[in-house]
Amino acid sequence: MRLAPTVTLLLLLGPLLAGLAGTLAPALGVFPALGGTRPSLAPLHALLAWPGLVPASRLSLTTGLVATALSLAVTTLIMAGWSNTAAFRWMERALSPLLSVPHAAAAFGIAFLIAPSGWIARALSPWLTGWTQPPDLLIVQDPWGMAMVMGLVAKEVPFLLLMTMAALPQTMPRRSLTVAQALGYCRVTGWLKAVFPQVYPRIRLPIYAVLAYSMSVVDVAIILGPNTPAPLAVQVVRWMGDPDLSMRFIASGAAVLQLLLVLAAIGLWRMGEMLVACLGRLWIDRGGRGHLDPLLALAGAGAAGLSAAGILFGLAGLALWSVAGFWGFPDALPDRLSLDGWARHGPMLADPATETIVIAAAATLLALALTLACLEAEHRFGLTPGTRSLWLLYLPLLIPQIAFLPGLQTLALLVGAETGRGAVILGHVVFVLPYVFLSLAGPFRGWDRRYATVAAAMGVTQNRTFWQIRLPMLLAPVLTAAAVGIAVSVGQYLPTLLLGAGRVQTLTTEAVALASGGDRRVIGLFALAQTGMVMLGFALAIGLPRLVWANRHALRGTA
Amino acid sequence: MKRRFAAVIAAALVASSAAATPDPADWDAVLAEAEGQTVYFNAWGGSTATNDFIAWAGAQVKDRYGVTVEHVKLSDTADAVSRVLAEKTAGQDQGGAVDLIWINGANFAAMKENDLLFGPWAEDLPNWKYVDVEGKPAVVNDFTVPTEGFESPWAMAQVVFYHDTARLPEPPKTIAGLLDWAKANPGRFTFPQPPDFLGTTFLKQALYGLVDDPSVLQKPVDAVDYAAITAPLWSFLDELTPKLWRSGRAYPQTGPRQIQLMADGEIDLAISFSPGEASTAIANHQLPDTVRTFVLEGGTIGNASFLAIPYNATAKAGAMVLANFLLSPEAQARAQDPDILGYGTVLSMARLSAEQRAAFDALDLGIATLPPEQLGPVLPEPHPSWATRLAEDWTARYGIAP
Repeated sequence: MRLAPTVTLLLLLGPLLAGLAGTLAPALGVFPALGGTRPSLAPLHALLAWPGLVPASRLSLTTGLVATALSLAVTTLIMAGWSNTAAFRWMERALSPLLSVPHAAAAFGIAFLIAPSGWIARALSPWLTGWTQPPDLLIVQDPWGMAMVMGLVAKEVPFLLLMTMAALPQTMPRRSLTVAQALGYCRVTGWLKAVFPQVYPRIRLPIYAVLAYSMSVVDVAIILGPNTPAPLAVQVVRWMGDPDLSMRFIASGAAVLQLLLVLAAIGLWRMGEMLVACLGRLWIDRGGRGHLDPLLALAGAGAAGLSAAGILFGLAGLALWSVAGFWGFPDALPDRLSLDGWARHGPMLADPATETIVIAAAATLLALALTLACLEAEHRFGLTPGTRSLWLLYLPLLIPQIAFLPGLQTLALLVGAETGRGAVILGHVVFVLPYVFLSLAGPFRGWDRRYATVAAAMGVTQNRTFWQIRLPMLLAPVLTAAAVGIAVSVGQYLPTLLLGAGRVQTLTTEAVALASGGDRRVIGLFALAQTGMVMLGFALAIGLPRLVWANRHALRGTA
Repeated sequence: MKRRFAAVIAAALVASSAAATPDPADWDAVLAEAEGQTVYFNAWGGSTATNDFIAWAGAQVKDRYGVTVEHVKLSDTADAVSRVLAEKTAGQDQGGAVDLIWINGANFAAMKENDLLFGPWAEDLPNWKYVDVEGKPAVVNDFTVPTEGFESPWAMAQVVFYHDTARLPEPPKTIAGLLDWAKANPGRFTFPQPPDFLGTTFLKQALYGLVDDPSVLQKPVDAVDYAAITAPLWSFLDELTPKLWRSGRAYPQTGPRQIQLMADGEIDLAISFSPGEASTAIANHQLPDTVRTFVLEGGTIGNASFLAIPYNATAKAGAMVLANFLLSPEAQARAQDPDILGYGTVLSMARLSAEQRAAFDALDLGIATLPPEQLGPVLPEPHPSWATRLAEDWTARYGIAP
C-alpha cells in the first residue's frame, strides 16, 4: 500500500520518459538505423529553415489558448448562472451524451453542419438563400482556426463542466451562495465572487489538460483546422509519416518544439491566473452587487446550448448519413434511405467493438485500482502530495502524444517487449490514469474524515473503513472517474496504432482509417458505434448510484 | 549501450541476408509453409470498396491454401514503413509485425534504399507468367525505380478527371484549357493538398502538359535544370491558385475527399488515379449518376500498385501466396469489375486462355468508366525525386499562406 504511489508513477512516467528519450535523440541527430550516429544540430537548423514554423507555432498557441479560455468562460457562466435550477438539471442530463461523442466524430458532425454545403446551408437553400450550388466560403478550415476552436470548445465545455461538478460539493457552494445572496449579491456575481475562487484551484489541472490537448490535437485539427499551414502538431504527424525517412529528424525536432510551446502556454496561463486573481480581488473588494447578471447567465446558456446543439445535430447528421442514399446539395434530406451501409459494414463493427471494450475495461480498472491505492496510501500514511507529484501525474496529458509514442514503440521493441493488446492496455493506462486520478482525487480527498475518526473510535480497521464506508460513499465519483477513463481509452488513436503494431484494431483506429476516405456513411456508422460505447459507460456512472443510493440523496452524485 | 545497439543491428543484418527463404521458385514448399500462417496485410483502409475486396481475397486464400489474412487498415502507408523501420532500429530482424504492404513510389524507393525489403521474389511467382511486362512497363518500374522482383504488381492506375455533366457538360481537356476554365469559373476546382500523392500527381500531370521535352522527367531532379523546367509550372499555379476552391486557402486532404466535395456540389471537376473510381462511387450512392470521366489530350500519368514483403516479415510464405492469388486472372477480373473495385488489370490479355479472357470481356465497366481504348496514352511516372521536390516547393509557395 505504501508503495502504491511509487508503482503508479513508475508505470506512468517510465513509458513517458523512455519515449521522450526516443524523441529527443533524433531531434539531436541520433538515430542509428537512419545513419545518425553522432549528435548534430542539423535537425534544428532544418526546422528553423521551414518557412511555416512561425505560423504553425502561432496557430498552435492561439487556437489552444482561445479554445481553453472560451471553454472555461462558458463553463463558469453556466455554473454561475444556472447551478441548482431546473434548467441545470436538464443540462446535466445532456452532459453524458455530449461527453460520449469522440472528438473526431464531433468534429466531422460539426464540419457537416457549418460547411457552405452543410446541413444548415441545405436547410435554408434555395428558398431563403437562393443558392443552388454552395457558395465558395472559407468556413471550415479557415486560416485563423476559428472552426477548430469552435469544435474544441463544444467538446471541452462538457468535460470542464463534469470536472467542475465533481469538485463543487467540497466547496459547499450552497452555503457560500446563500450568504452572498443574503448580502444582496445577484446570482452570477455572487457565484463568481464567493464560489469561483474556491472552485478554480480544484479544476486547475483539468484546465491545463484542456490547454495542452487543444494545442497538440491532431484529429480535430485535420478535420476542422486550417492546413495552409496546419497547426504544428499536424505537421509533426505529417513529417513522421513522410516516405523520406530522414524527415524523422525534423519531425522529432518539431515534436520537442511542440512540447516547449505547451509548457510556455501553461506558463502564460499561470501568469494570467495571477493577473485575474489580483483584478478579481479588487473587483470583490469594490462590493458591486452586479446588474448584468441575467444577461451573463443567458450568454452562458446560449453558448452552451449552441455547442451542445453543434454536437448533437452533428451526430444526428452523421446518423442520417449512415442510412443515406445519394444526398446532394441543396437537399435538406437524402433522396432515399437505405440500410446498405449498415448491411455492408455493420458486421465489420463486431470485432473492433469487442477489442475496444476489452482494452477500455482493462485499462480503466487498472487505472482505478492504482488511483484508489495511491489516494488511500496518502490518507493512511499521511503522505502529503506536493505540487511536484501532481505535475508528474499531469505529464502524460501535457506531452503531445506524437512526441513520445514513436520513441516508446522503438524502445518496446528494443527490450523485446511483446507488442499487442497487452502493450496497448498499458499504453492506454498512461493516458487514462491521469484523467481518472484528476477526476477522483478531489472527491476522495474532500471526503469528510470525521467518518473515519468515528469508525476508528468504534474499533473498525482501516481496511474495513475503506471498503465499507469510504468506497461506498464515493460510489458516484468512482463511477464517474471510470466512465471518464473509458471515454479516454475509447478515443485513443496513436497509442493503439503504434503499440498495437497496427494489429490491435479498435473502433477508433478503424474509424480514422476509414475517415481518410471521407465517406460520410461509414464515418457516421463508426461514430455512432464509438459514441454508443462511451455513452453506455456514462449511463452506468449516472444510473448506478441513483439505483444503489435511492434512499441516500446526498450520495447520488449530484451537487 | 550505443555500441552494443549497433552491433546487434549489424549481426542481425548478416543473419537476415543469409536466410533468403522461402524460395518462390519451389512453389510447393511455399504452399506447404504458408498453410496455417496468418498474413498481416498492411494496406490503406480509406476505401470501403478496397476493404471489401481484400476481405474477399482473404476468404479465398483461407479456403484454398489455409492462409489467414488480417487486413491492417492504414490511414497512411508510411505507418507500415515506420513500423518496419522501428523494428530494424530495435534489432528485431525476425518475427516482424508487417507481412505484406500495399506500396509504390516513394515508400518503395525508401524501403528499398534502406534494405527494408525481402526478395527478390515477385518474378518467381507462378502467376507472373500472365503479367504484361511489355505492354505495361510500369509493372517493373515503380516511379522509374526498377522493382527487381522486390515487389509484385497487382493493379494498374491511370490519371483521369471526373466531372458532373449536369453542371459542366464540356470539361477542359488540356492543362492550359483548365486554367482558362478556372478563370471563368472561380472556386469550382481543387486538388488534394501536396504532399498527398494524388495532389503531387496533379502537379506532375500539369508539368507534363507544360514542358517541351517530357523525357527530362525520367531523370532525377539533381541531374536536370530543375528551375528552368518548372518555371512554367509555377507561373501556371500562380495564376490558377487564386481561382481554386476557397481561393487556394484550403485544400481537401485526400483524393476520396474530393468525391464528397463533388457530391456536395462544391466542385465541378476533380482528379482521380483510378479510372473506375467514379463508377464505383456512383454504384455506392456517393456520386450522382451524371458524373463522367475523361482524360487530357496528350495522355495522363499511369502507374502500378505493388505488394512488398518486409525483410523481417513473419509469414513470408503466406504473403507470397496472397500476392500470387492477387495476380491470378480470377482476382484480377474481380478487381476490374467497377461494382467491386474498378482497378485496371496488370495482366496481358494475350497471355490468358480464352476462358480466362472471357471473365474480363464480360465486365460492364460502368457508366462513368472509359473503355481501355479511350484512356489514351499512358505517361510514365517521373523519377521519385520529382514528387518529393515538387511537393516541397509547392508547400513553400502555396502551402503556407502569408
